[in-house]
Amino acid sequence: MTSEIADVLHEQSQNIAAIDRNIATEDQGSQFLSFNIGGEEFAVNILSVQEIRGWERPTFLPNSPSYIKGVLNLRGTIVPVMDLRNRFRFKGATYLDTTVIIILKIKSGEKEKLMGCVVDGVSDVFNMDESEISQVPDYASGVDSCFTAGVMTVEDNAVTLLELSNLLNLDLIKHPYSGVSNG
Amino acid sequence: MEIDLSQFHSVFFEESFEGLDVMEQELLNLEEDSTGKSSSDLENVNTIFRAAHSIKGGSATFGFSQVAEFTHVMETLLDEMREGSRAITREIIDLLLKSVDCLRGMLNKLQDGEPVSNDYVELVDYFNQLLAINSDDVKSDSGEDESCSTPNSKVSGWSISFAPESYILQTGNEPIRMFKELRGMGHLAVRADLSEVPSFSDLDPESCFITWQLELETELEKLAIKEVFEWVEDDCKLEIRSTAEQNNQSNVITTLTEDDDQKEADLKIKAIPGAPQTDKKLVPIKNTETNTKVGKKAAATTSIRVGIDKVDTLIDLVGELVITQSMLGELGDNFDMGKIELLTNGLRELEANTRELQESVMRIRMLPIGFVFNRLPRMVRDLSSQLGKKIDLIINGEETELDKTVMEQIGDPLTHLVRNALDHGVETIDKRLAAGKSETGTITLNAFHQGGNIIIEIKDDGAGIDPQIIYAKAVEKGMIQDGIDIPHEQIIGMIMEPGFSTAEAVTDVSGRGVGMDVVKRNINNLGGSVEIASILGEGTTFTIRLPLTLAILDGQLVRAADEIYVIPLSTIIESIPLSGAQITRIAGDMPVYKNEGEYIPIVNLCDEFDIKYDKQSTNEGLIAIVEGENRKIAIKIDELLGQQQVVIKSLETHYKSLQGVSGATILGDGRVSLILDIVGLSKRSAERAATRRNQVA
Repeated sequence: MTSEIADVLHEQSQNIAAIDRNIATEDQGSQFLSFNIGGEEFAVNILSVQEIRGWERPTFLPNSPSYIKGVLNLRGTIVPVMDLRNRFRFKGATYLDTTVIIILKIKSGEKEKLMGCVVDGVSDVFNMDESEISQVPDYASGVDSCFTAGVMTVEDNAVTLLELSNLLNLDLIKHPYSGVSNG
Repeated sequence: MEIDLSQFHSVFFEESFEGLDVMEQELLNLEEDSTGKSSSDLENVNTIFRAAHSIKGGSATFGFSQVAEFTHVMETLLDEMREGSRAITREIIDLLLKSVDCLRGMLNKLQDGEPVSNDYVELVDYFNQLLAINSDDVKSDSGEDESCSTPNSKVSGWSISFAPESYILQTGNEPIRMFKELRGMGHLAVRADLSEVPSFSDLDPESCFITWQLELETELEKLAIKEVFEWVEDDCKLEIRSTAEQNNQSNVITTLTEDDDQKEADLKIKAIPGAPQTDKKLVPIKNTETNTKVGKKAAATTSIRVGIDKVDTLIDLVGELVITQSMLGELGDNFDMGKIELLTNGLRELEANTRELQESVMRIRMLPIGFVFNRLPRMVRDLSSQLGKKIDLIINGEETELDKTVMEQIGDPLTHLVRNALDHGVETIDKRLAAGKSETGTITLNAFHQGGNIIIEIKDDGAGIDPQIIYAKAVEKGMIQDGIDIPHEQIIGMIMEPGFSTAEAVTDVSGRGVGMDVVKRNINNLGGSVEIASILGEGTTFTIRLPLTLAILDGQLVRAADEIYVIPLSTIIESIPLSGAQITRIAGDMPVYKNEGEYIPIVNLCDEFDIKYDKQSTNEGLIAIVEGENRKIAIKIDELLGQQQVVIKSLETHYKSLQGVSGATILGDGRVSLILDIVGLSKRSAERAATRRNQVA
């Protein structure tokens, strides 16, 4: 019995190792996570994704902009949650069973900051070479151009790559009564 | 069956160190009592006696005979004090305090598995002298003073060449004291080699240029001699040979007494004039400080004392966990889909249990700041007598809780600041009297929670800091250009800059030019800040502000619309149902609550925070009267929920700070709840009201 389990584990670990090798050796650029917001596809570099959680109502933060939904408890850490659908001015954001919060991390100085981002659903993980990322046409859109880093074509669908350094920049989140620390 | 006693050693050491702390504190109390009412407090003496007795008993059990022997003599003296046959004088308290230091040093050495130095023999001698004067019959008890070193009937000669490094005096080691100790072993002759001493103009009074040749006739072995130099082993060149091999060529020969006087005169150059020489009679043991430091470094495991209530909470939580676990176990044994709801409930409970357990364990790390404050009275006492100043130390807020890690790191900066207040802050008695102040200076320590921070204040009523002196010094050091206009607060803040010291004379207490910058850096490293406020002639206040990332708070949970907030319990004065409260509108539609002739502005939390709510129910609910920084506001809420201790978590870790909110906490059900900052809230609601008025105007 135990030997069977050991066999299975061994086989699996080899599989995992093979996958790791694939990721490492097949020079396919970076990996991206794509997700759906209001029927459009967006993507972020998978290295900045900490985890994905189902939607739960966060604790309201006073006087927040409409896209800041509040804070949630991530195993003892207080993490703010932002609804990308509101931030990108998509209409009629609803919270369904498929609605998820992607916890994104970004280096801010020496520290790592976390932010939960609400999207309609996670789509796919894909590889893409950096050279295949093209510029977003500079044209009026709901999404502020500083939040986009480029556009990619995945299976004939356009996917917008997000610029997290701006999207998660706390200085760009206008919050009355903030910045006065320690009361 | 043989029992390995060493497994109990750590407990013994821990208890002994605690006992020593108790003794120290009680001795200080005793001193206060005896100077105040001159009536000796028997209970204090009893406590000291009991502590000494348990150390004696323990050390005898574990075979630490030197400690046992030493405490035995102490005990004899304490016994006399207890019976009233010996008056409690400052001298005796001095002696006992030194003994406590000495014991602490011995125990530290034992804990590290090192041999105990012979420092204590001198004290034992002194005890015996004291005891002999008073009564003859105790002699039989104390006759065992020197049994620690193996007696050897054969008297032999030793030649010791001792060449200390020049910085030896700065490390707190005093060659004279070691020589005295050698003299206690037998006949001693000392030759000092002065050839390295520079001309007077080049002489650095803090450096040692002398080397010594010593001839000692003793029956003790080489090891015993080596022990005398144990503290300086690394800081000198030392050779001990038996007389047979002796070979010395020194130029100057002085007797010990002459040399002694000369050295002491030397040392006095750096001592403060007018400092009382009360210590002369007893031989002070300078090594103690180094002693304790060494001990701390080597102690591998540290422990904390935990209130029984915290432990009880833990036990309760574990009990609940066990119940949940057995419930789930039973459910798993015969599970069908009909029981899915039971399962989810059980899992939720398990989650809540685990979280509470985790938080309770974290809470164990919280200790009252008194642990740090308690070491200060002794230091203040010793330093004030050394400096010839009279100081009252007042301590408030010892029970303020603080995370253990933060506390460990705040200890040294705090000690340094108090030292500084003593040395540079409070003036000498003459100067105080000349300035029309009372002879006794006061140093006040305050600790309290404020707006999500722990504040520690160190206040003295001394001379204050003269911005002009600081300015001149800063110009001299090239830190600023002369003639530039800088606000006073900024100038005073410069004493925290690296390499800045204004002490007119460098004393051995403080003022070496390092220190304040280290204090500042240490506090900054903890994420805190330090501020200085000083009024010339009236005193100086240092305010340390530390974040309470882990601090806990007694909170009142309240509901506003669908949100649950925590109000710090200490800020709440009362809460009244809205229906019964006297609400009036004054000064243009500002709702206020009238309370005993006082109008308290009402802040509707839902409006203030832009929470969506049903405007229909405005007249229901209640108001909580809260106070922060002497300003009262009435917060309108919907419901009072339970009270509980909450662990404060910072919003700034991943977001930004919000005015009116001092942090967040996680409730039992896993949800985040915000903690209200009353001071910030009342400020911003006042500002908001002002903006509204301006808009109308």
